[in-house]
Amino acid sequence: MLIGISLISFFIMHLAPGDITDNEASFDPKSSEESRAQLRKLYDLDKPVIVQYGLWLKRMVTLDFGKSFASHQKPVFWQTTDKDGNVTKGMIQQALPITLMINIIGLCITLLLAIPLGILAATHYQQWQDRSITLFNFIGFSIPGFWLSLLLMYWLGVVNNWLPISGLHSINYESLDTWAKIKDSVSHLIMPVIIPSVTGLAGITLFVKNGMLDVLGQDYITTARAKGLSEHKVVYQHALRNALLPLITIIGLSIPGLIGGSVIAETIFAIPGMGKLFYDAVLMRDFPVVMGILTIGSALTLVGNLVADVAYAWADPRVRRGVMRN
Amino acid sequence: MHNNLLSRILANPLAKAGFIIIAIVFALAMLAPWISPYDPNAINVKAILFAPSWQHWMGTDGLGRDVLSRMLHGGRISLLVGLVAVGISTAIGVVLGALAGYYRGWVDTVIMRIVDIMLSIPSFFLILAVIAFLTPSIINIMIVIGLTSWMGVTRLVRAEFMSLSQREFIQASKTLGAKDARLIFTHLLPNSLTPIIVSAVLGIASAVLMESGLSFLGLGVQAPESSWGNILTDGKEYIQFAWWLSVYPGMAILITVLGYNLLGEGLRDALDPRSDAQE
Amino acid sequence: MLLGCNNTASNSNINYNQQLASEPGGTMIDAMIGEPSGLIAMIAGEASAAQISAQIFNTLLTYNKDLDIKGELAESWSVSDDQKTITFTLKPNLKWSDGNPLTSEDVLFTWQLVTDEKTRSPYGADFQLVKQATAPTPLTFQVTYEQAYAPALDSWSGLQILPKHLLKGKDIHTTAFAQKPVGSNYYKLDAWQHGENIKLSRNQNAVLGQANIEQLITRIIPDKSAQFLELMAGNIDRMGLDPIKYSRIIPARPALQEKLNLYKELGNSYTYMGFNLKHKPFDDIRVRHAINYAIDKQEIIDGVYLGLGINIASPYKPGTRWSNPDLNPYPYNPSKAKALLKAAGFTDTDGDGILERDGKPFAFEIITNQNKEREKTAVLIQRRLKSIGIAVKIRAIEWASFISRFIKTGDFDVVVLGWGLGLDPDQYSIWHSSQQEPGQFNFVGYNNPEVDRLLEAGRTELDPDKRQKIYHAFAKVLLADSPIVYLSAGYGLSAMHKRVQGTIDPIPPAGSAYDAQKWYIPSAYRSNQISAE
Repeated sequence: MLIGISLISFFIMHLAPGDITDNEASFDPKSSEESRAQLRKLYDLDKPVIVQYGLWLKRMVTLDFGKSFASHQKPVFWQTTDKDGNVTKGMIQQALPITLMINIIGLCITLLLAIPLGILAATHYQQWQDRSITLFNFIGFSIPGFWLSLLLMYWLGVVNNWLPISGLHSINYESLDTWAKIKDSVSHLIMPVIIPSVTGLAGITLFVKNGMLDVLGQDYITTARAKGLSEHKVVYQHALRNALLPLITIIGLSIPGLIGGSVIAETIFAIPGMGKLFYDAVLMRDFPVVMGILTIGSALTLVGNLVADVAYAWADPRVRRGVMRN
Repeated sequence: MHNNLLSRILANPLAKAGFIIIAIVFALAMLAPWISPYDPNAINVKAILFAPSWQHWMGTDGLGRDVLSRMLHGGRISLLVGLVAVGISTAIGVVLGALAGYYRGWVDTVIMRIVDIMLSIPSFFLILAVIAFLTPSIINIMIVIGLTSWMGVTRLVRAEFMSLSQREFIQASKTLGAKDARLIFTHLLPNSLTPIIVSAVLGIASAVLMESGLSFLGLGVQAPESSWGNILTDGKEYIQFAWWLSVYPGMAILITVLGYNLLGEGLRDALDPRSDAQE
Repeated sequence: MLLGCNNTASNSNINYNQQLASEPGGTMIDAMIGEPSGLIAMIAGEASAAQISAQIFNTLLTYNKDLDIKGELAESWSVSDDQKTITFTLKPNLKWSDGNPLTSEDVLFTWQLVTDEKTRSPYGADFQLVKQATAPTPLTFQVTYEQAYAPALDSWSGLQILPKHLLKGKDIHTTAFAQKPVGSNYYKLDAWQHGENIKLSRNQNAVLGQANIEQLITRIIPDKSAQFLELMAGNIDRMGLDPIKYSRIIPARPALQEKLNLYKELGNSYTYMGFNLKHKPFDDIRVRHAINYAIDKQEIIDGVYLGLGINIASPYKPGTRWSNPDLNPYPYNPSKAKALLKAAGFTDTDGDGILERDGKPFAFEIITNQNKEREKTAVLIQRRLKSIGIAVKIRAIEWASFISRFIKTGDFDVVVLGWGLGLDPDQYSIWHSSQQEPGQFNFVGYNNPEVDRLLEAGRTELDPDKRQKIYHAFAKVLLADSPIVYLSAGYGLSAMHKRVQGTIDPIPPAGSAYDAQKWYIPSAYRSNQISAE
């Protein structure tokens, strides 16, 4: 699996006609080709491809993604300490928590909205509630995210001045007290978290709705109803649990989409996360960073799927028994 | 079969709405050369950023070009990108899914391993990197989106083939010595057409959105060719001033993607045997 | 006012039009689209790094407001009679921001660093011409060139002096110094919030005196439209503008105009259309002249730059001594263009509106990088050339691919690009016939022995008047040869919040940011500031 990922990421790098030295110094009449050749040598770009791949594989196994081409000093993945005790933070180390935080909060909000909406749509199937939820979801899903973001930035940030426009913190963040710091962070996160979640909302609501519809049509629900249980109990105690189970898998599968989707939101809201880092690295032809992020991103997905499988097994008695038997 | 499909679409309100939207959008794009009031590339430096008026229903852009004409022509590109990208991904998905689902064994293992690997890499990252490295052009964008979005179709077709293979008529044909190719093309494929169509329609919706996202990052369809994505990106700089440069392409993308999504979901409902049962 | 960094309703009524007295303090905020990789300019290379590091480090020499060389760290300098040796005398009692003395040893160390092979500085070429450098006393630094080198003084105005006591023996590429530099200029680095902002505050030991503004904050906002929204909301004080924002959007909004000062200044750069002279038919001077006559430059200036550009005839900033005032741009003259093309053998034999020669239609592709103004320029050129029978396609390409795939390989017909130039008139690297290797700057393949001779002479001539004659002659040959079509010299446009005062009016030749340390923010206008400390 990891070998496959390493091959793909390595292959992509070598599609690139440009290399780092094109961007670093190029087209400034003051820089000479000679110095660019020196740069190329420093980064082993003059070695045969197979040797470069070998070096890359070795690094991947040891989680050492080397140092960034474009910003000489920075380690790609994790911090390093030089002999004087100066710690240089890794680029992914700094960017990953931000992206994870935003996506996890976003996912929670999505779920908090999608589950009730899905249930509502299912219990009022083909009534006006269902129809309006469906329409709202479809519009949210169909709107170009960056356009919606800019419209809201203008409306909420410039015209009304209710929310900060971009960035993660106010510039005076350090001098605030704890409560104000929390308030500041929350207000900066509102737009970048909520706008991308609108897109995810549609899919999950639909999923919950269809799951509920499936379950509500099953025999045991009919039985429960026949036994005279209240509709409320039927829906929330019996149906919901079974309808939500497959959601765990869906969430696991949605991780790469979430990470990938962060590029646009992070660029527009000036957030230094993985997406922004990746986009910059691509434009700068910063191979180690590009490869590092592809690998770490994929590894996260694998971890996410594993967690989802375990959670599923834990939540579903049938699977639990199956595991035991094996 | 076709009449049947069409009447089913029209019977479902979602699908019907989607179908009508898509039909109108396609008609406008097809007719662009005849109904555009201006040449989409006709420059008029005396008419830069004019607001919508009777002369220019959607105003003019930074070079005095008529936005309505550019929208109509850009629509052709946006729709084309969606169609071709999904054509590619569906073709790959069907072939690999059929191979995996029909032959099973090591073929299946290898193909599904590749699917797993592709699914675990954040696909937008992949698209971004490949397009940047290959230089963005309409062709590259279509191919790359196609090459990174076939996994869903593969899984779908494989599952469909596996369940169909268990059916008696397939088993019977096999024992009677029917050729693999004949079995696949005359029996298995036609019977798994429904989910393939649904996923293709939904796939087009996300491809159109993807192109606009790439345009925002400067890696979409390149000037002077117009697409809704790059008209919108041009307009985003002046969102508070020349609103017509962003509102019209934004709405066009929204409506088209909405149309595809409605059509896709509607089709799923209409063609789903379960919903038959409920009616 | 805890969350006071936002422009609250209370201060939107402030009248920013009164001129108030200069006083120290306050915070100025600007924005950049990309983050510097480090703050050692000689290896970082990006514009963003140079912009910040220039606030932190000093150079030996600098330019005054009329663009004459003056001393910065150097009190004075003298050039030997044979023009090969320059002796710099430093100002006395210079200090680094950490309190250590700054001496000629630091200057020598910086020279050694920039010329060291291991440094691999893209800016080393100028300094490698120095045969010998010494620091005979703590206040004197002496360099000797192999032969007289006219751009020498200019080159020393670009080299930021680094502290030897912190960098000696360190690997310049990995040292933590790049993330927490120690310099000698008006500001020192306070905090660097990765990906968010860089905060500078006044350096108490600044060698050139104290700046007025207490804190400079640069926010990193990658999207230009988001940046403009921040400017509108008053959250950043300064940003560069494009012509549409400058002359359409801001004037259309009185509330915005109340708060912003707009600046328009001619930069030291120009846009051009360059022919690949190794490709047919661009080797034919009649074809180059024809295309030059067929392009309406005024239309480009009006249509793309909304009038904010100047038609030029030499590769120098108009109005400077190096720009030859006797030269005139090629006028727009399509009938002359057609006649020239006919003379070169192009006629429309099949009546399709496109000219042919030897049965082949005259068609080519213009490539440019992704830059709104250049893309629009190419579109206008395309239309003009079509009207005289040349079929043009346009391709806009992302920068890294543009350079590696097309420019370096020479695989292009015509480019639309721009040159940003230094203050020294030397353009050896752009026009000399020896500079055509892949990756070098004469990628159009220009080869003219007379130009070669003039460029060589200009490099070794130190007398300004003689140099001026040389470069005027050079520009004249270049114009006649027309290896490129000059399109325009565009104005640099920017906006600054009116609460920042003390700018020089009218804008001096050295630019609106000249003497920025004298800018100040009157305390009445500091309502959206952090209270210092």
